[in-house]
Amino acid sequence: MSDINAQRRQFLKTSAGLAAVAIAPGMLLFEAAHGKSDAVSSKVRWGMLIDTANCTDGCSDCVAACNRENGLSGGTSPTDSQWMRKVELKDMRGGRTLSLPMMCQHCEHPPCVDVCPTGASFKRADGIVLVDRHRCIGCRYCMMACPYKARSFVHEPLHDQNPDVPRGKGTVESCTMCAQRIDRGQQPACAEACPNKAILFGNLNDPDSEIARRIRTVASVQVRADLGLNTAIRYQGL
Amino acid sequence: MSRLFALLAVLFCLSASAGATESLLAPKLDIGKGGQCVEDPQWMRKNHMHVLIRQRDETVRKGMRDGKYSLKNCIECHASLRDNSVIGRDDSFCRGCHRYEAVKIDCFECHSGKRKSAWVQSK
Repeated sequence: MSDINAQRRQFLKTSAGLAAVAIAPGMLLFEAAHGKSDAVSSKVRWGMLIDTANCTDGCSDCVAACNRENGLSGGTSPTDSQWMRKVELKDMRGGRTLSLPMMCQHCEHPPCVDVCPTGASFKRADGIVLVDRHRCIGCRYCMMACPYKARSFVHEPLHDQNPDVPRGKGTVESCTMCAQRIDRGQQPACAEACPNKAILFGNLNDPDSEIARRIRTVASVQVRADLGLNTAIRYQGL
Repeated sequence: MSRLFALLAVLFCLSASAGATESLLAPKLDIGKGGQCVEDPQWMRKNHMHVLIRQRDETVRKGMRDGKYSLKNCIECHASLRDNSVIGRDDSFCRGCHRYEAVKIDCFECHSGKRKSAWVQSK
């Protein structure tokens, strides 16, 4: 009798194990297909480290990728949306030139969020600073408040937007660090597009992530660190 | 007794004709792929705006992109098979009904009314 019981137990254990193996890949597939259902967590803080030594003068692949992903026209007139710009710097004394991308720096203490009268400008738990266009009234206080000139106002009606990136007239917008891609487990479009891998994207809060390791070991700066905003975008070699 | 039967018959005729009138006036919608909706269709007619708004805030503010009530999910099933849109023509799924009910929708001033796969192909 006890022998039968032991066999039965063994059988149940094996079949339970098999069932777990069979279900797990299915569940992974389901998660990949439907995106994630958990809210983003403050255990993560997304950031980027931009290595200016690897950023080539005249290359604007990151800007092009950003425009393509987010459906921007690519125009540079004052009324065109620009989420990311290539900036050329020159030291007038020494003559050293530098090229780097500038966009929303995803501050820990964002001035744009402080000034927003409707609560449209907000910081997600994982550190990404966004505009909730459902609440934005287009007052543009945030554009005034931003020390990085990162935000744009949509002046004209838009058509044929990316279904993942809704954009519309009368609201303010800026770099979202490609939140739609991050939520799918991908990198931002600019980081993926850079031919020299000058943009390193990762979790600043995870001490084992490559970005955290690099920030620990190489000298990097925040732009206008004097403002104490603790930006998530850092520059190496600036 | 016979009077009661006659009354019932009249009532039945009236309700039947009321049903017929309703279906005559109701908009003929191009429901796209259609199929099993996430909720009962009658419930959705009454409550879709509430679930959409709730999902909207969770997606934008908390990054929860589980698609059951997402606008993208609605469009995926209900965009017309002819032009892949829920707002392209007067009988399109969203536009047709909102025209009939005279309720303005501003979702599509920012959101795309097209199926994602069709949008990717058109690029």
